[in-house]
Amino acid sequence: MNVKCECGHVNPHGTVLCESCGKVLEEKEKDKKLLDMRYEGSARRSQTYNKTIIDKIWNFFSSVKVGVWLIVITLLASILGTILPQSMYIPQTIPAVEHYENEYGWFGRLYYELGFHNLYSSWWYLLLIALIGVSLVICSLDRVIPLYRALNNQRVERHEGFLKRQRLYGISDVPQNQEMVTTLIANMKSKRYKIREENGNILAEKNRFARWGPYVNHIGLIIFLIGGMLRFVPGMYVDETLWLREGETKTIPATDGQYYLKNNQFIVELYDKEKDGEVFEQALDRAGGVVKTYQADVTLYKRQGETVAGEQPELEKVRDAEIRVNEPLKIDGLALYQVDYKLNELHKMAFTLQNKETGEEFGEILIDLNNPEKQYDLENGYSVQVKSYFPDFEFNEDGEPATKSRVPNNPAFVFEMTAPDKPEGEVSFVAIQETIEPLGDNKYKMAFKAVETKNVSGLTVRKDSTLWFLGIGGLIFMIGVAQGAYWNHRRIWIRRIGDKVWVAGHTNKNWHGLKREIEVVFEGTGLNVPKDQQQDEVEGKVKGENHG
Amino acid sequence: MVELSGNLLYVAFIAYLVATAFFGGSIKAKKDGQKVEGKNKWAKLAIIITIIGFVAQVGYFITRWIAAGHAPVSNLFEFTTFFGMCLVGAFIFIYYIYKTPWLGVFTLPVAILIIAYASMFPRDISPLIPALQSDWLHIHVTTAALGQAILAISFAAGIIYLVKAVDQSVSSKRTFWLEMVMYSLVSVVGFILVTSGFSMANYEATFNYIDKEGVEAVYEYQIPAVIGPNEGELITDGRFEPLIETPAIINSKKLNTVIWSLVVGLALYWILRLVLRKRIAASLQPLVKNINLDLVDEISYRSVLIGFPVFTLGALIFAMIWAQIAWTRFWGWDPKEVWALITWLFYAAFLHLRLSKGWHGERSAWLAIIGFFIIMFNLIVVNLVIAGLHSYAGS
Repeated sequence: MNVKCECGHVNPHGTVLCESCGKVLEEKEKDKKLLDMRYEGSARRSQTYNKTIIDKIWNFFSSVKVGVWLIVITLLASILGTILPQSMYIPQTIPAVEHYENEYGWFGRLYYELGFHNLYSSWWYLLLIALIGVSLVICSLDRVIPLYRALNNQRVERHEGFLKRQRLYGISDVPQNQEMVTTLIANMKSKRYKIREENGNILAEKNRFARWGPYVNHIGLIIFLIGGMLRFVPGMYVDETLWLREGETKTIPATDGQYYLKNNQFIVELYDKEKDGEVFEQALDRAGGVVKTYQADVTLYKRQGETVAGEQPELEKVRDAEIRVNEPLKIDGLALYQVDYKLNELHKMAFTLQNKETGEEFGEILIDLNNPEKQYDLENGYSVQVKSYFPDFEFNEDGEPATKSRVPNNPAFVFEMTAPDKPEGEVSFVAIQETIEPLGDNKYKMAFKAVETKNVSGLTVRKDSTLWFLGIGGLIFMIGVAQGAYWNHRRIWIRRIGDKVWVAGHTNKNWHGLKREIEVVFEGTGLNVPKDQQQDEVEGKVKGENHG
Repeated sequence: MVELSGNLLYVAFIAYLVATAFFGGSIKAKKDGQKVEGKNKWAKLAIIITIIGFVAQVGYFITRWIAAGHAPVSNLFEFTTFFGMCLVGAFIFIYYIYKTPWLGVFTLPVAILIIAYASMFPRDISPLIPALQSDWLHIHVTTAALGQAILAISFAAGIIYLVKAVDQSVSSKRTFWLEMVMYSLVSVVGFILVTSGFSMANYEATFNYIDKEGVEAVYEYQIPAVIGPNEGELITDGRFEPLIETPAIINSKKLNTVIWSLVVGLALYWILRLVLRKRIAASLQPLVKNINLDLVDEISYRSVLIGFPVFTLGALIFAMIWAQIAWTRFWGWDPKEVWALITWLFYAAFLHLRLSKGWHGERSAWLAIIGFFIIMFNLIVVNLVIAGLHSYAGS
């Protein structure tokens, strides 16, 4: 199966250019004026085998054409997802389908029906990304191994057919003295070429590592994509919300009850023209209030010992901290972000027990809306019992009082008021600006006195153990892409044939750079600068077009 | 400080204008055969003036930074101006690699247009909202802008390539699309003329209208409303009554501006055509007569090669790091994020087509133009129309 070249080197089946001397081994390549040097004419699996189903799959994914198509399709699909907002950016108060239909009419409805409102997590978008991943792996493997072989096996003395089919190629007379050769080598060395000499022939080469750039960056991308999949491994990713009222202490989710957080204070600060300088004056006039800071002053506690059910855990203070946007609090690989807030949430309500007719008061009660007591005893035989409590009151579908949530947005109570002259008690339903006496006219009432409010901080509790992976993938990608983009692999072959010297040059990109470098390197050596054979062709073509 | 900063920007702007003329002169001088070899005096002067302009603009940037207390890349005016500055910087860099005055003739006008376009938006120094208060603001935004600017050099080179390579003796798809590119550039001039013209005339028309929530609202038009708002009622006396009324879902004010720009652009374009008596690209052809196409192609490719890693670093990697800190997640499919990804995918495809499919020369030039279109789309349309989390852009 292997092909033995006349230079003695044994090449794998499918090799186009001998890995060692560069002789053209494929018949059809022999007619070409210039060689296709992209992968050094090495034997790529995809170009050699096409029999089994595995060959066919391999060949499909190893094609750059397929890769580019996958990129372009992904690109177009991504555009689709930006026409209307994705579902995570719309208000969550009504069903998504209604939102799209209300806002964008039939088009919104269609967008929703086609699943474009969640396009980036749709199975087919993920499939596209996965196919790009497969293409990355196969494309790279198909090329990098034979390319490595070819570059590793190349010898100094190259075949004539190889040299004259290089884009940069020229013939000169043999230098008259050794001095010129010394100058040449010194020039090349000063340009940081690595020189190999054999039998008076020279191979000058530099930056071969640039050839590995694409493969390195592909490895980086694959690591990145794997990192993206790790998100779905349990325990790698935490996304929890923690609403914390001022003064409240709660367990931090995802810490196994180890950590507790107390919200001491939540602040929203606006920019102030006087305090923050005149420069912002115009902008502030135009925009009105601009927020300067969202900040939660918190205290972090750690639990001591084991908690016994029903008992308050013993907490030890770890530290005080301020959580702002852009400044999350970090605990053991967990980060707490300031993301949301609620100002002036009802916290406590004060009522007095009053004689409806005389207005005489018999004591005040203060109800903690998040934790109301069952019974409030007033002096002299008066007391108030909280029979029912609806923190977020509404009438449900059956027309009965109910609560929408546990947040005291609209508190309502059923009180039973007991007085010395009403020992069996009077029942009264009290909501904001509303009092109902379901069992007939009462003598006493609960008169609203005052309200205390508190701010609430909305924190996101996040753990993302995939970040390390993604970071390493990104770093490797950047190294690879810089390696391939900022350095060029350049080679100059100089071969003595009879009384002539054949010169050929190759670079994987930036031909002008190589040409200018050769001009410098050949100065004072008596060698002619090789001609760009491709440019002759192009210029001929352009001229031909213009005149034709 | 703010005033000094503004003046420095004017200096830069004028320097770029003058430098463009000098670069043009350097090509003319060459053509007349006064001096054929390499750099001539005109080109030398031109690049010096460009550098003076660039230094002035860096001065604008630094003084504004000092005045504001944060890097001036936080609103549309600041970002776009900075992008223009990066474009000039990238041009100076590439100029010293390849020593090509003609690149200046095509790059500087693009930079001038970008800076003039930027000046049409509110120029106030705005305070930073909490999400922007981070060192990553200048790290992410400047790197991303620099990457885009280097990529934009390939657009200028692409235009040069096409102006030279597209056969103007017959009309074809190629001449049509090249004229479309020219028309787009002229439309930007149209936008600048319309906006600054009516602003100088202090035109203002107030409308009451019904917004998409069905609530009464007020629009202030700074240019005559050809396209009026939904159920709009003109309040200001003696102002132009709209010809067309739009449904509430469409932002009629923006649409009105776009239509004005396109129409004035079209008028300007045809005036130019009538004066020149040929296609704009055809009348630019003498400028590129002595240019080596191979070199243009290489500059275009090179700038993509240099710009792509910078863009990746700034617009994706730094962006992800900051998003993780500010928004709790490194990626959230926000429209700006998606369009950065689209740009990245596009240039990735560009590089693969070039490396493996041999898309050199004209094909590569067309791709460079599409790439720049995507970058501009991300800058203009995504900020102003699609919005999302990055919509600190303003009106």
